[in-house]
Amino acid sequence: MSGPNTDYDPVEVAAVSPAEVEAARDAALAAIAAAADLEQLKAVRSDHAGDRSPLALANREIGALPPQARKEAGQRVGQARGAVNQALAARSAELEVEHEARILVEESVDVTLPTDRDPVGARHPLTTGAELIADIFVAMGWEVAEGPVIEAEWLNFDALNLGPDHPARTMQDTFWTDPADDHVVLRTHTSPVQARTMLTRTPPIYVVCPGRVFRTDEYDATHSPMFHQVEGLAIDEGISMAHLKGTLDHFASQMFGEGITTRFRPSYFPFTEPSAEVDLVCFVCRGVDSDACRTCRGEGWIEWGGCGIVNPRVLQACGVDSSRYSGFAFGMGIDRTLMFRHGLEDLRTLFEGDVRFTTAFGSEL
Amino acid sequence: MKAPVSWIRELVDLPETVTTEVLTDRLTALGLKLEGIEAAGADIEGPLVIGRVLTQDKEPQKNGKVINWCRVDIGAAGELVEGYDPAEGQGIVCGAHNFGPGDKVVVILPGGVLPGDFRISARKTYGHVSAGMICSASELGLPEDGSDGIIVVPEDGPEPGTDAREFLGFGDEVIEFEINPDRAYALSLRGVAREAALGFGVPFTDPADRAVPEVDGKAWEVVVDDPTGCPVFAARLVSGFDPSAPTPEHIKRRVEQAGMRSISLAVDVTNYVMLELGQPTHGYDADKVAGSLGVRRARAGERITTLDDAVRDLSPGNDGDLVITDDSGPIGLAGVMGGATTEISGTTTRILVEAAHWDPVSMFRTGKRHKLSSEAGKRNERGVDPLLPAGAADRVVELLVEHGGATAEPGFTLVGTAPPQPTVTIATDLPAQLSGIEISAMTAVEHLRAIGATVAEHEDGVVGVTPPSWRPDITDPHDLVEEVVRIVGYDQVPSLLPRRATGRGLTRLQRLRRRVGRSLAGAGLVEVVSFPFVGEATFDRLGLTADDPRRATVPLANPLSSEEPAYTTTLLPGLLEAAGRNIGRGAPGVALFETATVAFPSDNGPAPIYGVHTRPTEAEVDKLIEALPVQPQHLAVVLAGERQRSGWWGAGADAAWSDALAVVRRLATELGVELRVTATHRMPWHPGRCALLSIDEVEIGCAGELHPKVCKSFGLPARAAAIELDLDALLAATPTVAAGPQFSTMPLAKEDVALVVDASVTAADVEAALRDGAGPLLESVRLFDAYTGAQVGEGKKSLAFALRFRAPDRTLTEGEAGAARDAAVAEAASRTGAVQR
Ligand SMILES: [Zn+2]
Repeated sequence: MSGPNTDYDPVEVAAVSPAEVEAARDAALAAIAAAADLEQLKAVRSDHAGDRSPLALANREIGALPPQARKEAGQRVGQARGAVNQALAARSAELEVEHEARILVEESVDVTLPTDRDPVGARHPLTTGAELIADIFVAMGWEVAEGPVIEAEWLNFDALNLGPDHPARTMQDTFWTDPADDHVVLRTHTSPVQARTMLTRTPPIYVVCPGRVFRTDEYDATHSPMFHQVEGLAIDEGISMAHLKGTLDHFASQMFGEGITTRFRPSYFPFTEPSAEVDLVCFVCRGVDSDACRTCRGEGWIEWGGCGIVNPRVLQACGVDSSRYSGFAFGMGIDRTLMFRHGLEDLRTLFEGDVRFTTAFGSEL
Repeated sequence: MKAPVSWIRELVDLPETVTTEVLTDRLTALGLKLEGIEAAGADIEGPLVIGRVLTQDKEPQKNGKVINWCRVDIGAAGELVEGYDPAEGQGIVCGAHNFGPGDKVVVILPGGVLPGDFRISARKTYGHVSAGMICSASELGLPEDGSDGIIVVPEDGPEPGTDAREFLGFGDEVIEFEINPDRAYALSLRGVAREAALGFGVPFTDPADRAVPEVDGKAWEVVVDDPTGCPVFAARLVSGFDPSAPTPEHIKRRVEQAGMRSISLAVDVTNYVMLELGQPTHGYDADKVAGSLGVRRARAGERITTLDDAVRDLSPGNDGDLVITDDSGPIGLAGVMGGATTEISGTTTRILVEAAHWDPVSMFRTGKRHKLSSEAGKRNERGVDPLLPAGAADRVVELLVEHGGATAEPGFTLVGTAPPQPTVTIATDLPAQLSGIEISAMTAVEHLRAIGATVAEHEDGVVGVTPPSWRPDITDPHDLVEEVVRIVGYDQVPSLLPRRATGRGLTRLQRLRRRVGRSLAGAGLVEVVSFPFVGEATFDRLGLTADDPRRATVPLANPLSSEEPAYTTTLLPGLLEAAGRNIGRGAPGVALFETATVAFPSDNGPAPIYGVHTRPTEAEVDKLIEALPVQPQHLAVVLAGERQRSGWWGAGADAAWSDALAVVRRLATELGVELRVTATHRMPWHPGRCALLSIDEVEIGCAGELHPKVCKSFGLPARAAAIELDLDALLAATPTVAAGPQFSTMPLAKEDVALVVDASVTAADVEAALRDGAGPLLESVRLFDAYTGAQVGEGKKSLAFALRFRAPDRTLTEGEAGAARDAAVAEAASRTGAVQR
């Protein structure tokens, strides 16, 4: 736009004088330094470095000077403008940094605000409990076997040495499908899974069978017509009660903590002979000063389940060569185990489906 | 089984160091588990003495009651009472009337404490100072003897002033044991004491070891028709019995300590002998028995009135009820309960005593059939020592003579002989092998002899063992192993891990099921476990039609509730109820899931019952399994009420049909399963908001909004949504090995189209047409907007899709992408009538 001499105005030539240029530069530098933010700096830039700024006007006037004066004036104005532009850039950078920092400060939020927009889910402790148990055994090289809950009478009873006149087979204890002479029951224990395993596999067999089972118990704080069991079966050459004890000790310590062991008491189960009740060292008081302990009620021990050496009659019915193989089996209630492990007062809380109960366990136990 | 410690000590010579605690510990270790220890009188403190009533003045009161103002001689115990005058006696007011002057009674004096922390002091009442209390059985915490009054001490009891505790049997602890079914012999003092002797290695006096008269068959004529059901029958007769003779205190107390009621001398004696020896016996009023006794199975149409006054129809035939008969027919349900017609009464003077050995299976069946559980039946059905009848009958006679003034008639009838015990062959190293404990052959044999078995001489490490007569449970070598090991001690079993387990870890299905649970929990759903029982009313609540296949259930023969007599075919009822419960308890919203088995009838006939001596064949095993109901695992979900909360971030959202679809689609995607969604109507879903889920044209379930009626019925907020599907089918469709994907990194070409279609056209159909028409350059199609309203016209809707194109090897030109888009739109137009906006 501005070419030499086009806007020549001799009146203003004085603006190129050294004093004027110096004054304009100093005024510009002072204004730049005084600019408090980018907005003010923008105004300062327009006033002191814009087209109508004194230094710009002075620059324009250079062309009107006599040739001998031009060089000197050009140098003088150029230096002043350079100093102003440099100061502008520096101040701008400075203010930019300040601005960014201020924005971040201004954008701060209350990080303690709640964020519970989506509900939290949870798996049931009976599921995660069964998985915990399964994992303990899988880590020992065992497998998890399963079977149907509605089961053949022969597999639930006969094959397990519970003969036709065994008390457990009465209508008082077992749910039968209708008609009862269909010989089909809601399994009363997970033992038929053991029978199925022996019928379909050849030893060595190491399986745990968690699952739901049924008895015709009225529903109250400690009884339920449906509950959950885990049973274990090992069939191999040379299996003894020592292996049973070792396995249950390991199970106990994994489930309840290092140093928690088991003890055996003679008992009777048709499925096993010799048979034993398994007690667990109380994992709360550890048998020391048990009197005030609520978990074991002062016993120092907690009744945990039953076990024994698999009765050879069972091996025979399920096609395992009892002259070559022996085995052990054990079983305990998962519901009951959870009840004393977590201090639950009422069995029914497991089956009510109240989310406050289930979410309290988290997704793992 | 309750056993008084004093009675145990009478039969076994236990050292003083064996306290009750030591005794119960040892017996528990041997297999007689301690249930509890009772000690009567343990909570009674202070002076409890025998007194003699000197005078008894009856004083009627204004309230109509008559009280007795008694003066009681308390002998030397007077020293305990300040100012006691032996001539006057202790003044006590008593409200009971079953005693009189001259009777000896039990008195608690001031300073004493009765059960329930009832403190006794001298106090003014009915115009007298009553200093003490004349006690009844219940006030002392003893079982009621039926007299419902204060205890009258027999004349031959202790003298006034004597501490009453010994007389009352206080201080004698009674141990309750839990007896396992294989230890029926321990349902007697004889058995418990024998175990104690075994446990402490001390001598044992067998109370059954007694001389009996020579068998001459002359006590009574007995004909046993069924020697299998009744191998041994012993009969004795006494006469001149005094029916009013009281039961001696020690017999009465022991019967009561065992938890039975004292009834009369004759009955108490038979119970006492049963407790002592374990052999149930029965006494008949001999004058009411017509002719000879017979033992046979019941005949068709026969019935009997038992001692509990119940009229019972008897079950005939070889598996039927065993009965005792006389000329009139059945007079007793053998081994379980006697009959009313020959019951001993207050006038009986001749008693026919029966002690017999019965077949346990028959006893069990009779008890089960008649729902009769008696102390006798409990022992007979578990197996009693068959050598006992003669001695037990003799013992009953002895006690009737001793305490009832009776005379033992000569003659002893004994029909049959005890079946011989089978000999069990066992390798002497088997106990060591199976227990893992070092047990020598010598130790094993020694312990077998200790339980009363006869052990033949060793031969090549194998011995023949004949168990004692009281151990019918011992039939197998393993039974003998348990005997040896329990004596060695279960606590001696070492702890070793088996070394050979080499499993393959969880199966794929097991891992997938865990994945499903975790995924759903991750999506904010809470797992529940509910009962699988349903009834017609349940299905009515779901609105299922009469012919809905889900109504075809597996019925239960003996359901707990007649309202829910079947195993469920659907998980929704339990889940909806749980959701309603949460809402009812104030939850603003609930998201639940359950995975469980449901059952559908297979109608493949009854399941066979096989023998157990050999394994069933493969075909037989298959038959067992085919006979069972079909039992797939289902997954069900319910979403009700608030699904997303409102908050400072803005409004929340209630669960809707689309949330259910979102849950199931997300799950399918995670599992790598292609799920097809089409519209359907099926209860309990909303008819216009129900999606059918299928995989490869096979239905696996439904998802969508619940029918408003169903929401209402289960107390759920409107618009609640649910899913139910066959989880087995879903998991079966998961790819075992996912193929590695190939994708291009060339630039993406974006083409968005808005298509107007009839409102009835589904988004899925339009999308499928676009996909098919777009050709190989298409990378993805996604519906990003759906609109109905004035701008598209009545009966129409607008669907906006984002089409994304990419070539594997080059940048697409605008022309190429446009052509592909046009082809897609053209296909949609021809298949669905879509018009581009
Ligand atoms: Zn404890």
